[in-house]
Amino acid sequence: MSTRSLPTLVAASIFIANAAVSDDGPGLGEGLTAAEISAIDYTVMPDGDGLPEGSGTAAQGRAVYLANCLACHGENGTGGLNDALAGGHGSINGPAPQKTVGSYWPYATTIFDYVRRAMPLTSPGILSNDELYAVTAYLLYINDIITEDFEIDAESLPSVAMPNGGNFVWGYTPE
Amino acid sequence: MSANEFGVAAGNGLLDRRFFLKAGAAGGATLLSASAAGLERQDWMKYPGGPMSEDGAPSVHESHVKRIAISSQPGTTGTGVSRTPLEYLNGLITPSRLHFERHHSGIPDIHPDQHRLAIYGMVDRPLSFSLDKLARYPMVSRIQFLECSGNSGGSIAPEPVQASCGAIHGLVAASEWGGVPLSVLLDEVGVKRGAKWIIADGADSAMMSRSVPLDKVMDDAIVALYQNGERLRPGNGYPMRLFLPGWEGNASVKWLRTIKVMDRPAMTKDETSKYSDLNDEGIATLFTFPMGVKSVISNPSHGMTMGPTGIYRISGIAWTGAGRIRRVEVSVDGGKSWADAALDEHVLPKCLTRFRAAWQWDGGPAVIMSRATDEAGNVQPTRAQVLEGRAAGQFYHYNGIQAWAVSSAGEVSNVYA
Repeated sequence: MSTRSLPTLVAASIFIANAAVSDDGPGLGEGLTAAEISAIDYTVMPDGDGLPEGSGTAAQGRAVYLANCLACHGENGTGGLNDALAGGHGSINGPAPQKTVGSYWPYATTIFDYVRRAMPLTSPGILSNDELYAVTAYLLYINDIITEDFEIDAESLPSVAMPNGGNFVWGYTPE
Repeated sequence: MSANEFGVAAGNGLLDRRFFLKAGAAGGATLLSASAAGLERQDWMKYPGGPMSEDGAPSVHESHVKRIAISSQPGTTGTGVSRTPLEYLNGLITPSRLHFERHHSGIPDIHPDQHRLAIYGMVDRPLSFSLDKLARYPMVSRIQFLECSGNSGGSIAPEPVQASCGAIHGLVAASEWGGVPLSVLLDEVGVKRGAKWIIADGADSAMMSRSVPLDKVMDDAIVALYQNGERLRPGNGYPMRLFLPGWEGNASVKWLRTIKVMDRPAMTKDETSKYSDLNDEGIATLFTFPMGVKSVISNPSHGMTMGPTGIYRISGIAWTGAGRIRRVEVSVDGGKSWADAALDEHVLPKCLTRFRAAWQWDGGPAVIMSRATDEAGNVQPTRAQVLEGRAAGQFYHYNGIQAWAVSSAGEVSNVYA
């Protein structure tokens, strides 16, 4: 067999594989490599699946917060123009619930997931993984959930118990 | 036709719904004041009219019909909502330009050739699809509503908000959504055993993300490419969005970019800190997806003024995430007595249904309300029933009965009744 016929054979086998995929669809999707998936996958699960390498403490995160978050969220996560990030502890089952990261959010991993996706609002994506871990630690610290020098990383973040974490139930359970 | 040919159906002058069925054009005439004025040859009939146009704008005399109550987070112009002006609309399809918006970080300007939908996670063959490729897939069309979970949230306020029907309830709209069943794409990637959720991300700068149960996805989710016959408008997810019929709008992720198939939900910000329902004992419920049975009278409604006494058409919309609307009742005496409204001929599942009732207004004060029942037997609750057991300030999934008061001066205002 000459090497020149190889591309034809490869193409034919791909066609057969795709044709076998489904009775309904025409099989026009293009394969994704592990590297491509890694580049688009931003999801962080509550058990830490999806967290990248890196680490940070609240002490380091304070500077990240002051530079990137203060304008909208206020000093120490309160009193800003947009959502309060701290305070409200103990208010959730009272007459005027104040939902903040510390008082309401059930999972610490959600902080990293959301900040990495969406913050700072005007320039998301600029923070390094270390900065993301550090500012996550800072938000936990100003809510009295961790100490200032507690290191947050892929291993420690999922183990942080949120104060309100036990007060959520599911309204829908898949079959 | 006399008002009482079919009799009064309920208190304060509500007429039998057959009034509209029998009356037809003649009935319509009784709603209008007959006059010879306007019948002579008008100026615009004395010379040829204007040219053709490329984008078919509405009449200049309808320039007031636009999205309303636009509000955004401080410091932003695109993170917030715009609402559909329900009080000016009729029928069941919402014009695309008036479809409400809810964005979490503005509207991305996506180049369709550079956008991909990637499906990965617990699958045999992770795949990516361009828009051109998706357009070659089997496509379906559904005429269905989309409602933001926060719609009507202002109705939890201690005093009724004095704002128009659309300003209060305009985070709902209905469109013909055309697209590819997501089940077809998931068949192609091959979902692994044990998978139960998908996690859908948008291509906005916040990468808005929601976890959606796989059983719903396989049932009726589509990747929508078309809205009312044209490509999606940018504010509704161009070039592609997830569309989950009957479920809270936030989960129908716009600008759909990735789908990760998983065995558990991701607990994203928008399914935990937001779009969760807190009760008065401090317990919050996650994943409250279906939108409840609901209706609202759009005409007459707040801000309108009644004309002379006589027969009026009450009109509104009803919808439910559970399927079809079975029945809409109307009261014009503050809920003391009710009569069935007539439903327009299109009673589609998970769609807006238009209802109408005839009312002989005698010029006295009245409180008008509507109450919907769906095919699953769910009855639209009262405001008090909706608020019962809720923590203060919890506005998601408000589907209470809306009441409008008509004063003896004919002015219409928002009331709790």
